Amino acid sequence: MSAYSSEDVRDVEALAQGIHRITKGNWTVMEVCGGQTHAILKNGIDQLLPPAIRIVHGPGCPVCVTSMEVLDRAMEIASRDDVVLCTYGDMLRVPGTKTDLARIRSQGGKIRVIHSPLDACKVASEELRLGTGRQVVLFAIGFETTAPATAMAVRAAHMKSLPNFSVLVSHVLVPPALQAILSDPDHGIDGILAAGHVCAITGYEAYEGIADQYRTPIAVTGFSPVDILRGMLAVVTELESSKGDTSRHTRVINAYSQVVERCGNVAARRALDEVFECCDQVWRGMGTLPQSGFKLRSKYQALDATERFASETSSIACPALPTIQSHCRAAEVLKGKIRPTQCEAFGKECTPAYPLGAPMVSNEGACAAYYHHQSRNDPDVLGGSSR
Amino acid sequence: MTNFNFVCPVPDPLVDFVTQSHGAGGKLSQELIDKVFLPAYGNAILATKSDSGELAVPAKPGRLAMTTDSFVVRPLVFPGGDLGSLAVFGTLNDLAVQGAEPLALTAGWIIEEGFAICELHRLAQSMGDALRRSNVQVIAADTKVVERGHGDGCYLTTSGVGWIRDGIMMRGDRIQSGDRILLSGTIAEHGMAVMTYRNGMEFAPPLQSDCASLWPLVKKLLEEVPGIRVMRDPTRGGIAASLNEFAEASKCCLRVWEEKVPVRPQVQRACELLGIDPWVVANEGKLLVVVPKDDADQVLHIMRSDPLGVEGAIIGEVDATHPRKVIAQTRFGTHRIVPMPTGELLPRIC
Repeated sequence: MSAYSSEDVRDVEALAQGIHRITKGNWTVMEVCGGQTHAILKNGIDQLLPPAIRIVHGPGCPVCVTSMEVLDRAMEIASRDDVVLCTYGDMLRVPGTKTDLARIRSQGGKIRVIHSPLDACKVASEELRLGTGRQVVLFAIGFETTAPATAMAVRAAHMKSLPNFSVLVSHVLVPPALQAILSDPDHGIDGILAAGHVCAITGYEAYEGIADQYRTPIAVTGFSPVDILRGMLAVVTELESSKGDTSRHTRVINAYSQVVERCGNVAARRALDEVFECCDQVWRGMGTLPQSGFKLRSKYQALDATERFASETSSIACPALPTIQSHCRAAEVLKGKIRPTQCEAFGKECTPAYPLGAPMVSNEGACAAYYHHQSRNDPDVLGGSSR
Repeated sequence: MTNFNFVCPVPDPLVDFVTQSHGAGGKLSQELIDKVFLPAYGNAILATKSDSGELAVPAKPGRLAMTTDSFVVRPLVFPGGDLGSLAVFGTLNDLAVQGAEPLALTAGWIIEEGFAICELHRLAQSMGDALRRSNVQVIAADTKVVERGHGDGCYLTTSGVGWIRDGIMMRGDRIQSGDRILLSGTIAEHGMAVMTYRNGMEFAPPLQSDCASLWPLVKKLLEEVPGIRVMRDPTRGGIAASLNEFAEASKCCLRVWEEKVPVRPQVQRACELLGIDPWVVANEGKLLVVVPKDDADQVLHIMRSDPLGVEGAIIGEVDATHPRKVIAQTRFGTHRIVPMPTGELLPRIC
């Protein structure tokens, strides 16, 4: 009846004991993926680790890193009378410069929450059939995990010649973000748990150069408590065994081999390559990172919503968000420099009901995960110590 | 359960769709009442067509309880229930958890112009079935029709009057350190049934709403365990919201053992697929009870011998360690705070 079996419980115990046994040094390990952040806090995985291991959270929440510029663009498009904007549920409440999509919807904006990009193609076909004259725009965000589904939707729309479908692409790529974080001399990160589902698509060849260049071991890691501890054990083992050995090659360890292969999913990679090419991309809180995003290839240019809606006319007036003197430190949270609870606004003026920054909105955001499942790392809550 | 093969028996001169005239108080209004509502759930009191329904107050010491709830569920018919049955059971359950035996209900329909009368008939029939099964009557009713585009098909508000006999007092501030927390069965079924059905997500077999009247179970509990501190039917916000309300009212810490909270594997999978925590999802036929430690086993026994509580469990205990907090103990022996859900991403479900 519980989400985890007694076998999982045994595995978790054994892995945690293994980590305790081998840990000698003090290590800071960053998990990259928002799904992992959530699983760690929900299951209290951090409470199972020795005090010498500190977990920090990376930029792996797609909603959190979507740039303000793209968000504002989406809101502008969603404010048009003749448009249905299709997007994922947790995008609705991310604050842009002036407002958010939920407010635009409350004022009559046609915003459809979808679970898969192909749903947007269905919406477009339906609008066409009904002769509403409406354009359907897919607001496509996410990492390499969601990009193949966007690619499929783009190909499907192209093949069907859907005249009323376009896509606002804001897909981002993990390796350039890791590179940006590790190239900061003050990053303080000893090891990384890479996102297993991203690697399932892309493989992990791209991570090998990063691990070696920055002498930081990376474990390809899944999302369940067992998976996360398996990745942690792999990283700590690598850190402990390479301590003081500067000549040693730093490795990527595949701790999620039941799902991930070194070369990834060839079919998905081919689909990505056919539809997208890499481009420089603005990350919220991190600035412009070279070659860190996708844009449509010229063959699919006609489906680019940015071009289709070049004019800035919007027809729905929407009340602005209340302006609050913001102390939001989301940018530092996304780079693993501080924990969410170290932000002065956390849990006070910034809560999931009234978020100041994107990481408080999404289910995968680190701030929301801390707010929902505050662990022993919060000195005032469970009586534990703040390391 | 709703009959999906319903054949519309409504003859002429009623038109097939609700029009503004059906809400204007004239001939068509009367026909709607006579041909749709009265056959479905009519009774001697409604038949008088008075402006108010009268009811006798029980001649025994006690207090009246009153509650009201508006139902705006989409879709109107979902696996395991529909708007009609939900509006009856939801209001009966609000009375029941207060310890109130239902005396009578009222029904207020708000119908959008253009709504199919067949569909309305089906919902009213289902409401009638639920009333008969619960042995309670609607004694006052109202129908309004709003212009096309100003409603979403049909909304239904039910109010209920109940009787709380002397000696029964259900209040969160009666919870004390040492008490036990019990849950009558598997959670998140109503919310996930509605959500997955609405999103066209198919599960085999389909997820079913747990929509049911809790009064028969509550009645047994009240008769045999007078010491019950408080009860709640964890609807919107799920058990997370109800537990937080208890923690706030009692200023105690409610500690819940995650592995004891029953969730059907299929519901668990649906929750994982949609990224939703089953603890924050609505139930419409589950009971949360807090009792003194010494009464816990008896409550569990009564629950499990009732069809509504066969999967009942003692899910946690109350202590004084972290006042006003709900703490979940995971299967891995770790802990987390269970916050009051914000619920902003949950679709409208009840």
